[in-house]
Amino acid sequence: MSKANLLDRRQVVSTLLANRKDVVAIGGLGASTNDMCAAGDHARNFYLWGGMGGAAMIGLGLALAQPKLPVLVITGDGEMLMGMGSLATIGLQKPSNLSIAVLDNEAYGETGGQTSHTSAAADLVGVARACGIGDSRAVTTMAEVEAFAKAVHDVSAGPRFANMKIDSASLERILPIRDGTYIVNRIRGDLGFQPI
Amino acid sequence: MHARADAADTVPNWPDDIFATLQRFDIRQVPYVPDAGHSRLIQRVLASSTMRGIPLTTEEEGVALLAGAWAGGQRGVLLMQSSGVGNCINMLSLIPILRFPFLTLVTMRGEWGEFNPWQVPMGSTTQGVFELSGVQVLRASNAAEVPAVLEAAASQAYNALTPTAVLLSQRLIGAKVFTK
Repeated sequence: MSKANLLDRRQVVSTLLANRKDVVAIGGLGASTNDMCAAGDHARNFYLWGGMGGAAMIGLGLALAQPKLPVLVITGDGEMLMGMGSLATIGLQKPSNLSIAVLDNEAYGETGGQTSHTSAAADLVGVARACGIGDSRAVTTMAEVEAFAKAVHDVSAGPRFANMKIDSASLERILPIRDGTYIVNRIRGDLGFQPI
Repeated sequence: MHARADAADTVPNWPDDIFATLQRFDIRQVPYVPDAGHSRLIQRVLASSTMRGIPLTTEEEGVALLAGAWAGGQRGVLLMQSSGVGNCINMLSLIPILRFPFLTLVTMRGEWGEFNPWQVPMGSTTQGVFELSGVQVLRASNAAEVPAVLEAAASQAYNALTPTAVLLSQRLIGAKVFTK
């Protein structure tokens, strides 16, 4: 269902990635990974088709391995809820180059639109902040999305977290590549690593 | 407090053997959920200038972390106890899909003189869970065999991309002693 004053997810993600430069982006299982593909395929896109709850931790591993590169996790509220403990792990490590953007439609859109915990009770911004991620934002306007997209490139001031309230309308699926080994090796190759 | 009765009265040095092997294989990220059997190794990791110890809230976080580390060019190893293996099951699917080097060192509970019945079900299925999930299992049962087992495990995990778990048996680490 579509509500007024909520952000369009594709517009949000294309804004986050518009001037991405050297950003490595991880797309959480579900529509988020499709949104990332809809914004344009890229050698540094880490599309997830499984491992629900793991997107933020993949981002942490990458961010710690590549501290000078901006690492951006784009995932949904359901995926983030499943990996909520990882916010505590990230809050402890404080990787200054890691940003997490949650596309919060308050629903499990891929499985029939069942409401998620964020629709009535759970406040992911509060959780992230309470876990030690000081820069945790509730985002409701495109101006705030643009400001966050800019902040992603500051690799000295993270970690940062944004919960972005988006429209829950189902959009045409734009499916990214799903060969995981290819996806990882493409990122590694782009970062200058050789195959084993 | 619950202490472990070590196999010997002196501080065991097999954790130092493990640390030396991990150093030689250029391990950089060491996610862990603490276990008494891993305490010495965790201390060594946290004191290291080349390795980063990363405490987790649940073990599956570590599997995902190692995938990200590999995409970013670093090797890692996951430390946990046997009860944590069950927490990892779905996330283990990332290993064959993304094909990153996976090594985990698991301190065993629920075997060899266990006192706590609650540890037995997961301890009994640990090896089976790994094997069903495509992770090869090696075991070290005494201090003398730790270096060779670790060397073999790290070699096949990092050189041959063979997902590998090393079970550090309760006989090696000493059964946990519960005192009133």
